[in-house]
Amino acid sequence: MTELSNPQPVAPPRNQWLDVWDQFKTHRGALWGGIIFVIIIAGVYLGPLIWRVDPQFLPQGRDFINLRDMRPIWVGLFDSSAKVSWAHPLGTDNLGRDTLARLMMGGRVSIAVGLTAMLLALFLGTLVGVVAGYVRKMDGPLMRLTDLFLALPLLPLILVASLLFREPLSASFGPEGGVFILIVVLIGITSWMPTARIVRGDVLALKEREFVLAAQSIGTSGSKLIMRHVLPNVLSPIMVSATLGIASAIITESALSFLGFGFPPDFPTWGRLLNDGVDRVVSFPERSILPGIMISLTVLSVNYLGDGLRDALDPRIRGR
Amino acid sequence: MKTKTLLLGAIATAAMAPAAFAERGSDGNVSIIYWQAPSILNPFLSGGTKDVESASMIIEPLARYNENGELVPWLVEEIPTTDNGGVSADLTSITWKITPGILWSDGTEFTSADVKFTADYCMDPEGGCAQLTKFDGVTSIDTPDDYTVTVNFEGPTPFPYGPFVGGESPILQAAQFADCMGAKAPECTEQNFYPIGTGPFTVTDFRPNDVIQMAANENYRDPAKPAFATVTFKGGGDATAAGRAVMETGEFDYAWNLQLAPDVIAQMEAGGKGTPVAGFGPLVERIMLNNTNPDPALGPDDRAVVRPHPFLGDPAVYKAMSMAIDRPLLVEIGYGKAGKVSCNWIPAPAAYNSTSLSCDTQDIVGANAMLDAAGIVDTDGDGIREKDGVPLKILYQTSTNAVRQDFQALIKQWWSEIGIETELRNINASVFFGGDPASPDTFQKFYADVEMYANTFNGTDPQSYLGNMLCDKAPSPASQWQGENISRFCMEEYDALYAQLTQTAGIEARSEIGKKLNDMAVMNGAMIPLVHRGRLSAHANSLGGVVLNVWDSELWNVADWYRME
Repeated sequence: MTELSNPQPVAPPRNQWLDVWDQFKTHRGALWGGIIFVIIIAGVYLGPLIWRVDPQFLPQGRDFINLRDMRPIWVGLFDSSAKVSWAHPLGTDNLGRDTLARLMMGGRVSIAVGLTAMLLALFLGTLVGVVAGYVRKMDGPLMRLTDLFLALPLLPLILVASLLFREPLSASFGPEGGVFILIVVLIGITSWMPTARIVRGDVLALKEREFVLAAQSIGTSGSKLIMRHVLPNVLSPIMVSATLGIASAIITESALSFLGFGFPPDFPTWGRLLNDGVDRVVSFPERSILPGIMISLTVLSVNYLGDGLRDALDPRIRGR
Repeated sequence: MKTKTLLLGAIATAAMAPAAFAERGSDGNVSIIYWQAPSILNPFLSGGTKDVESASMIIEPLARYNENGELVPWLVEEIPTTDNGGVSADLTSITWKITPGILWSDGTEFTSADVKFTADYCMDPEGGCAQLTKFDGVTSIDTPDDYTVTVNFEGPTPFPYGPFVGGESPILQAAQFADCMGAKAPECTEQNFYPIGTGPFTVTDFRPNDVIQMAANENYRDPAKPAFATVTFKGGGDATAAGRAVMETGEFDYAWNLQLAPDVIAQMEAGGKGTPVAGFGPLVERIMLNNTNPDPALGPDDRAVVRPHPFLGDPAVYKAMSMAIDRPLLVEIGYGKAGKVSCNWIPAPAAYNSTSLSCDTQDIVGANAMLDAAGIVDTDGDGIREKDGVPLKILYQTSTNAVRQDFQALIKQWWSEIGIETELRNINASVFFGGDPASPDTFQKFYADVEMYANTFNGTDPQSYLGNMLCDKAPSPASQWQGENISRFCMEEYDALYAQLTQTAGIEARSEIGKKLNDMAVMNGAMIPLVHRGRLSAHANSLGGVVLNVWDSELWNVADWYRME
């Protein structure tokens, strides 16, 4: 019998997250998307610490006339008669509220809605997907449930629900808090279905793989198996639907605010700012364009980020 | 072949001949846009202006008001007065003489029986007629012959032009609505959507809350009218889109009620396709104060009925709220030339405009002092005052409209300076004014503390409009949410003085009482008037014959509209 050669590894194994990072770096779009997303988040959350102007403040008396309808500072470059001031670099709206401060506050709300709704949808989608894929008995009922939810028209459903639950919620959580919970929950429970389907498909395929069989043969319990072997392998499709979910949640919130069913009218979100600017889009295009750019930038950067993460997290693509 | 050609030619000539004398339908299609979509074409089942005005193209009253607020005969020979014997000397009856030969659009003759039927229809005790105030005090309708209608009142009625006058009280065809009396009225979809009328147009297709297609009425009494063969009446959207569609892109010919900021209107007018027209009627933008307790905990029915409101009934509260508002600033931002400061509920006609109230200047210091003196102070240090332990937190709702949202933001700020916290809410105008009894968001249900909208009355006599503040006119589940007393104001003295108005003749005495009623309602917390608004509509430069009428339906003379070259 020849001696079993069992060479010990000389160097500690390379952390797999470093591999992920190496792969991620090669995707330029994702890198830029990530940088821009971080800048936007920092801007809306840390910005108010530097730019200490109250977005809800309405100037009174004479100031009101002087401070309303200001243009962004760059308009002064080509139109010397425009009303501009460094005190309001992005101008003010027709009631004299500072646009920069409102954009930051609107961004906080929109991004918070996007992230929370995405987390909720992800949790529900993964739960349903894994259970349906792993437990054969549950597959049929859960997938029919998914079909049912897919068939629901989203916007009318949200409009009806906001009609029914708005008042009890705002009574217990305040007008803004109530609407926040309502919108997040509604977007969350109406957008988990794609995730559930993708996850179920992947789980079905994984279940038949040898390493799962091996794990089962040494007596790994079902829950351990899912946590240790199945979930890490479906992480990449989950990531993709997560990023897409943020984008669609922000857009749905914007659509709701645009229709007047979201937050109270004086509470800025990007969608509402865009909506409020529509009346005067010819004279003050920046009032619609700026929030529009912010929504587009966020959605685009998140999508690119997700694209890069998918590539980086998939061990089969990684290193190619 | 030749004979056939000749015959065809003869037929063609014969067909052309009437067109040579009359020009009905010669100007093609006219498109009208109302940004609140009509949901029904029966004004007796809806108080909404959009429904009343769209229906006014199809069904007509006996007499109308013209652009100067004067009564003009419409389906009758002349306006009955005491001088010509049409109104009895003791003021208890009025006799209308119908012009013979008027046909319904189905070709049958218009008679006094239809007029009597309309009154019975609206006054049916089981029905929830939205225009019941028009028939106040009517005891019976007599029809001595086919062309004579006598309306009998229970007592002397100095202003007997309530029933059958103006766009809100048109005549329905008895034959069509015979099976729709009382509680069955809302179920008659076919009748309510396709009413047969005497007006210049008939409905060919009605899609509720969307679009109405109409065609010229073949049996209209003036053979040369209307000049347009078809009408597209589009509803929905918002005032901005409507204004643009007429003045900038020229897609529509007439846009109604453009409540837009003055700078926005000026911008649109620069588009060059249309012209805005303004007129001052009695339209007042106001904040209605809820006299009942809208607490959601009370349940959907009780919260519109249970009195009193926890704090809005306190004179110090609503007076301070009114004092804190800078009305000239609101006018400047929201209306420009199409608005004036108003402290009154009835600012027009001039004879009825009370001068006893003044509200031109904002007085936040005074408002704070008034609340302090009334013992309504901030006891727990959160910046919000409390009355008997109830914090002054207000839900302030209105329809979705840029000007109204600006007003909301400004007023919220001013009220916050006197220690009142305001939650804002805006509701799509089609829902808010839609009158759907199933929706909790209509202005009739008023599930909020205060709400802002504008209202007006047709004609020059405010009696029935003043009647809107009577105790028994409050909308409630029992009345199927019909009724015009939106703030649920209720005051015995008011009801008594109103009863006196209904007995008083002579413009001077009537206007004296009218002013008192106005002051009584405003000073006792029915509403906070804000702006006396002009009605601003826009028509295409190519549309002729438009006469903006603030005293009746804006479409009152749609038969006279024509296309200019």
